[in-house]
Amino acid sequence: MTNTSRLQTIVRPALMPALAMFTAFLFGSLVIVFTDFAVLEAFKNFGSQPGAAFSAAWTAISTAYGSLLEGSLGSLGQIIAALQSGDSKEIIDAFYPITESLVAATPYIFAGLSVAVGFRCGLFNIGAEGQLFIGAICSVWAGFALKGLPAIIHLPLALLAGALGGAAWAFVPAILKAKTGAHEVINTIMMNYIAFRLSEWLLGDKGPLKEPSSANPISPPIEVSAELPRLFPDPIRFHLGFFVALGVAFVVYWFLFKTTFGFEIRTVGANPNAARYAGMNITRNLIIAMCLSGALAGLAGANEVLGVNHNLAFAFSSGYGFDSIALALLGKSHPFGVVLAALLFGTLRSGTTRMQSVARIPIDIISIIQALIIAFIAAPAIIRAIYRLKEAGEGEGTVFTRGWGK
Amino acid sequence: MAATTTTSTKSFVQQAHATRERVMGIVFLVLAIAMYWLFANGVDSALVSTFGLNQGQVPAADRLPDWVIPSSGTVTLLAVLSAAMGGYQLARGFGRLTNVILGIVALSFIFTFLVWATRDQSINLAGMLKTAVLRSVPLTLGALSGILCERAGVVNIAIEGLMLGSAMMSTLVGSYILSQCGPADVPSLCTTYQVHLWGGLLAGLLTSGLLAFVHAVLSIRYKVDQIISGTVINIFSTGMTSFISSKFMQQIPELNNVGVFKNWPVPVLSKLPVVGGIFFDSNIFTYGTYILLVVVHVALFYTRWGLRVRAVGEHPKAADTLGINVFRTRYVNVVLGGLMAGFGGAYFTLGSVGRFEELMTAGRGFIGLAAMIFGKWTPFGAFGSSLIFGFADSLQNKLALLRTPIPSQFLLMAPYIATMIALAGLVGRAIPPAADGQPYEKQ
Repeated sequence: MTNTSRLQTIVRPALMPALAMFTAFLFGSLVIVFTDFAVLEAFKNFGSQPGAAFSAAWTAISTAYGSLLEGSLGSLGQIIAALQSGDSKEIIDAFYPITESLVAATPYIFAGLSVAVGFRCGLFNIGAEGQLFIGAICSVWAGFALKGLPAIIHLPLALLAGALGGAAWAFVPAILKAKTGAHEVINTIMMNYIAFRLSEWLLGDKGPLKEPSSANPISPPIEVSAELPRLFPDPIRFHLGFFVALGVAFVVYWFLFKTTFGFEIRTVGANPNAARYAGMNITRNLIIAMCLSGALAGLAGANEVLGVNHNLAFAFSSGYGFDSIALALLGKSHPFGVVLAALLFGTLRSGTTRMQSVARIPIDIISIIQALIIAFIAAPAIIRAIYRLKEAGEGEGTVFTRGWGK
Repeated sequence: MAATTTTSTKSFVQQAHATRERVMGIVFLVLAIAMYWLFANGVDSALVSTFGLNQGQVPAADRLPDWVIPSSGTVTLLAVLSAAMGGYQLARGFGRLTNVILGIVALSFIFTFLVWATRDQSINLAGMLKTAVLRSVPLTLGALSGILCERAGVVNIAIEGLMLGSAMMSTLVGSYILSQCGPADVPSLCTTYQVHLWGGLLAGLLTSGLLAFVHAVLSIRYKVDQIISGTVINIFSTGMTSFISSKFMQQIPELNNVGVFKNWPVPVLSKLPVVGGIFFDSNIFTYGTYILLVVVHVALFYTRWGLRVRAVGEHPKAADTLGINVFRTRYVNVVLGGLMAGFGGAYFTLGSVGRFEELMTAGRGFIGLAAMIFGKWTPFGAFGSSLIFGFADSLQNKLALLRTPIPSQFLLMAPYIATMIALAGLVGRAIPPAADGQPYEKQ
C-alpha cells in the first residue's frame, strides 16, 4: 500500500512532462518523415507499394533518432568492448559522447534555473539569451584582462563578473517593469537584440574585445588561472562547471524554498495582490528576482567561455537562452526538475550534431520539438485528450505571467 | 478596509499619473539639452546641411532644388522649441496630447542628429523618408494585427512568428510556382499575371492564418497563458522556417527565388512634389497598408461589429450577457490579425528582397507591438509610431555614407532602444483593453 503511494508520488508529477516529451517527439518524427526526399518518393507509389513507403518512413525516423541517441550517449556495444579491453584511449572514445552531453547540459542548468526563478516571481524572462551573452562577455574580459592572479581568486572573480554582467542586463527590464509597468517580455527581447549588436561591435573590426592578431571576430584567450579545470584527459571536455551548476541549483532551491526572500518572491509570483496586502514590497521583489534570473543566465555564459571555449567567438551561444524556456517549464520551475530537464536537453543537443551529419536533419528540429513540449506542458488538456487521461486534481497548475503593465 | 484600499489605489494611480507627466516634461528637457549639447555645441555656424528632395528618377524639369539649412542654427532652434515644450509640460501639462508631443520631440531629436551628421555634406532626405515609409509597412501591419487581437482581449506576441512563417511560405510556394512556369523569356501565367507572386502571397496568408488559429485554440479553448502560447508559436515558427530553409531552400536555389511585386505609381498622386514619390510610388504592400489602416479604423470604431469586438475586449461577461459570442469573436479576430501579420511577413520577401533568409524579420513583429502600444491601440496612432520607428530604422542605411564616428552596430540598436523607451514612457498611460490577456470562462 505504502509502496504504491510512494511510487505514485514519484510517477505522478513526471507523467505529464514525460507524455508531453513523447508526443512532441512523435510530432517531430512526422516532420522528419514528410520532409525526407526518399520517403516522399516512396509515398508517390503508395498505391502499388504501401510497404515500401512505410519502410522508407521507418528508415528515416530510425536513422534520425538512432543517430541522435548514438551521438548523445554513445553506443552500448562500444562502451562494453572498451571496458573489456581496458585500453584507456578506447574507454575515453566510448565515453566521449556521454561526457559531451554533460558538457552541453551544464549551461542548460544555469539558464533553466534563470528562467525558472523568473517564473516563480511571475516574470517571463525571454532575455536569458542576451544575459548569457553579456555574462560571457564580462567573464571573458575578466579572464584575459586580469593577469597574475592565482586560480583560487581569478576563477571565482571571472564567474562573478559573468553573473554581475547578466544581472546588470536583466536589471534594465526589471526596473522598467517595476517603475513603468513596461512588459518584460518585449523589453528582454529588445535587450537580446541589443546584446547581439553589442557583441558584434565588441568583437568586430577594431572592437575593444577583439584579438588583434586574429582575422576572425574572436576575443583573446583567457588566462589559464581563469579556466574551469577539466577533469579528464583530452579530448574529454567535461569540467568543474557541471558541479558548480549542481551546487548553484541546490543554492537556488534553498533560496526559493527555505528563506524569507524566496518566500516573498514566490508569493509575489503566485498572487501579487495577496503579497501587497501582506506588506511585501512588490517592486523590490520583482527587481531581485529578475536580477537573480539574469545572474544565473550570466553564469551560463561564463561557464561556456571559462569551461569550454576559453575565448569568446561571435554568436557562440546559439539558443541556450531560448531552449531554457521549454526546459524550465518541463522542470516545472523547480530547481531539481530543471536539473533533470537540463540533463535531458543537454543529451538532445549533443545528439543533434550527429543527427545533422548522419541523417542530414537540420538542428532546428529541436526548436520545433521544444515548442510542442511547451505547448503540451502549458495545455495539459491536450495531452489528457490524446491519451484519454482523467482530469488531474491539484498540483498541475500551469505557469502564468501577467498582461501588459498589470 | 475595502474603502480605504480603493481610495489609496486611486490616489496611487493619480500620483503615478502626475509623476509620469512630470517625468515626461523632464524627458523633453533632457532631450532638448542633449540636442543642443551634442549636435549644436562646437559646430561652426557657417556650416550648412544639404538635403536632397528628389527621390528616384525625376525628369530634369521637375527636379526640386536641394534644401539647404544652417546646421547649428536649425539644431538650436529645435532644441529651444523642445525645451519650451518641456517647460509647458512641467508647468501645465499637455494632457492627452503628451504622446503626440513626445513623438514630435523624438522626431526633432532624430532630425537634429541628422542635421549634425550632414553638416557640410549632403544627404538624400527624400530617399530616406521613402525608406522610412517602406520600413514602417511591416511594423504598421504588425501593429494592426496586434490591435485586432487585443481589442478582442487576446494578447498576441506571436506576430513575429506569424510574419516569419508567412515570409518563408510565400517564398517557397511562389518560387515553386515560378519554377513550374517555364523560362522567364517565354510568356506564361507567371510573366503575364504574376501568378507566382499572388500564389505565394496566398500561401503566406494561409500559413500565418493557420498559426494564428493555433494561438487562438491554445489561448481561448485551452486557456493557456497567452504570453506562453505566443512564445510557443514564435519558437515553433523560428524552428520550422529555419528547418525548411536549410533542408530545401538552401539546397535547391530555385526554391528561394520568387522576385518582388513591381512598383505601381498611383496615377495623379505620385506626381505630387516630394510627397508623391515617398508615399505613392510603391508596390501593393504599401497601398494595402493604407487601405487596411482605414478599413480597420472604420470597422473598429464606426460599425456594429467593431463595437462588439471592443465590448468583448473590455468586458466579455457583459458582452456575453448581451448575446455576443465571445469565443467566436475572439477566434475571428485572432485569425484576422494573423492574416494581417501574414501580409506584413510577405512584405519582407515578396515586397522587398524577393528571397527568404533565416530569421529575416529580426524582431520587427515585436517592434510592431510596441508601435501598437505607443499608438494606444488605435490604427492611426500605430501608423504614426511605426513611421517614427521606420525613420529610426532607415537612419543606419544612410548614415553609413556620412562620416559619423558612431559604429554602425549602435545605429542598428536604435529601433530596439526606441521601442524600449516607447514602452517605458507610455504603457502606464496608455490603457490596454480591460480584458486583454484574460481567458474567458463561460459560466
